[in-house]
Amino acid sequence: MPHFDLTSEQEMLQKTIRDFAEKEIRPVAQKLDEKEEFSYPLTAGMAKLGLFGMTVSPDYGGLGLDTLSYVLCVAELARVDGCQAATVAAANSLGIGPIATFGTEKQKQKYLPDLCSGKKLWAFGLTEAEAGSDAGSSKTHAEIKKGQGGSPEWLINGSKIFITNGSSEITGGATVQCVTGGGKEGQKKELSCIIVEKGTPGFTAKTMHHKMTWRSTNTAELYFQDVAVPEENLLGKRGEGFRQMLQTLDSGRLGIAAMGLGGAEGAFEAALKYAQERKTFGVSLSKHQTIAFKLADMAVEIEAARNLLYKACWLKDEGKPFTKEAAMAKLYCSEMMGRVVDQAVQIFGGYGLMEEYPVAKFYRDQRLLEIGEGTSEVQRIVISRQLGC
Amino acid sequence: MKIGVLLKQVPDTETKIRIRSDSKGIETDGIKYILNPYDEFAVEEALKVKEKVAGSEVVIFSMGPARVVEAIRTALAMGADRGIHVEDTGLVSDSYIAATVLANTVRQENLNLLLCGKKAIDDDASQVVAMVAEFLNWPQVNIIEKLELNPDGQGAVVHRRVGGGTQEVYDVGFPCVLSCEKGLNSPRYASLPGIMKAKTKPLAVLKATDLVGDNKIKTEFVNWRLPPERKAGKIIQGETVEAKAKELVRLLREEAKVL
Repeated sequence: MPHFDLTSEQEMLQKTIRDFAEKEIRPVAQKLDEKEEFSYPLTAGMAKLGLFGMTVSPDYGGLGLDTLSYVLCVAELARVDGCQAATVAAANSLGIGPIATFGTEKQKQKYLPDLCSGKKLWAFGLTEAEAGSDAGSSKTHAEIKKGQGGSPEWLINGSKIFITNGSSEITGGATVQCVTGGGKEGQKKELSCIIVEKGTPGFTAKTMHHKMTWRSTNTAELYFQDVAVPEENLLGKRGEGFRQMLQTLDSGRLGIAAMGLGGAEGAFEAALKYAQERKTFGVSLSKHQTIAFKLADMAVEIEAARNLLYKACWLKDEGKPFTKEAAMAKLYCSEMMGRVVDQAVQIFGGYGLMEEYPVAKFYRDQRLLEIGEGTSEVQRIVISRQLGC
Repeated sequence: MKIGVLLKQVPDTETKIRIRSDSKGIETDGIKYILNPYDEFAVEEALKVKEKVAGSEVVIFSMGPARVVEAIRTALAMGADRGIHVEDTGLVSDSYIAATVLANTVRQENLNLLLCGKKAIDDDASQVVAMVAEFLNWPQVNIIEKLELNPDGQGAVVHRRVGGGTQEVYDVGFPCVLSCEKGLNSPRYASLPGIMKAKTKPLAVLKATDLVGDNKIKTEFVNWRLPPERKAGKIIQGETVEAKAKELVRLLREEAKVL
């Protein structure tokens, strides 16, 4: 029989993150969102708690924790502020993940300690202006050239867009997916991931502004103009870029799903509290069956989403295949949050439309979850293929 | 230095208190417990002293049922070194008995300094700390807002606020008991590595009934009651301001009887 108890450590870390989120993040989240400001103090605070590199081996400065512990933490952050959750989730799954999973021993020793301590952030450059869901059509390319010192170097040209943690002051660089061969006359493109450090000549990062969602998360455009890096900066093996990306996104999906679950919980709690306090027709909103039933439905959906997500984490921690379940959890949790925030706004009525009330931000922040790390449509493709369609 | 901290686990501040049907206590089912917030200041201060004096040890003491282990683990996750859980099954207790048992436990440890919260936010009695100090025959300074170790490490200068914004400053020798006020420090969060480490830190379990001796309670709760519900306010009606003022005076005199 399965059981649903968290370990005492999991409960304690969940409580710690909740305390931190309530005391440190909640008081400033609205203001940061309004000013579209990335918070270095909060990032440092989250680093001090140990939120970066949670699942990485202690040999490289990580904590060696299980996937469920990680997901619990991301959900707790998202319950208060999706933006801080995004900083942490992107750092872990997209920044640290590929290096920890595919990097050579030397690369891991070089980059992971600073990333796991949260001293630096790292980005994953995948999406391009004309290559989103169709990631295989990316144009950024790299070719081996003889460098000035005579040793072979990758010469990278191209650009990436919507890159989380890509241009903060503490960003150390990016893992960039490049075309490293093929692609001519129906030939299959060869894709490889290459490590590019900040400060490499020709590499620039520009912060993207005027976002509707995740406004206090750092999002960047990355440009590569004749960027030369040593041949050894290749992540793992040449030609493995596509597979590495798919595997990275499998795990990344659990983080996005956690944001859906946590965000839904945050919006639901706000709606429940408001429904209990606000009176109409002489009784509290929550005493009207039409509102009470909305809240009941929201609670059911959240619980169903939680079980789906926890099971996907369990599969991963047990070393079992989890691609299908991770896609299911990502799809369901993000769309579920969409339904929950929609109803939360409805319960708040006119106040739900005002930014000074808590649900508007949840409503905006949810929208990314159906797009980032594989759109809902892509999740359905992944799931249906797993079913044999 | 060996620094002790007395911890109490208390109901979460958002708990809805329900009285037991025999009126001799509260219903404990479904209560979420937290570390007494003032005790968190004590833990933090102990850790700060430990960081200043190399080789120091912080020992956590907590009396109560099995659940108080959570509170001890939280303090261990914050950075304390080991815990002593005084399990209280079968103990008939009041503040006097609790202080007796805790003083007897503390006595076994040869502490230089004992830190506590200024009060527990459940019963607000503020008795145990003072009694523990008396039973140990140690000096005590209560409700401190600042602590500075003396250079010789044999004592500390502590500040406490008294009425009217006046500060009292004491130079107190070790061993002593100090109770902590909000503002003394801002307690650190238990970090994730700290939480992982906490499970391997030593936690001893003692039985309160072994430590109480022949002592018996001196006070007993005879009845618990919830405070009366606050009545809704009254809006005074009237044609003119003068009429309203007149009505207000009448109500204050005849109904509230404060004039």
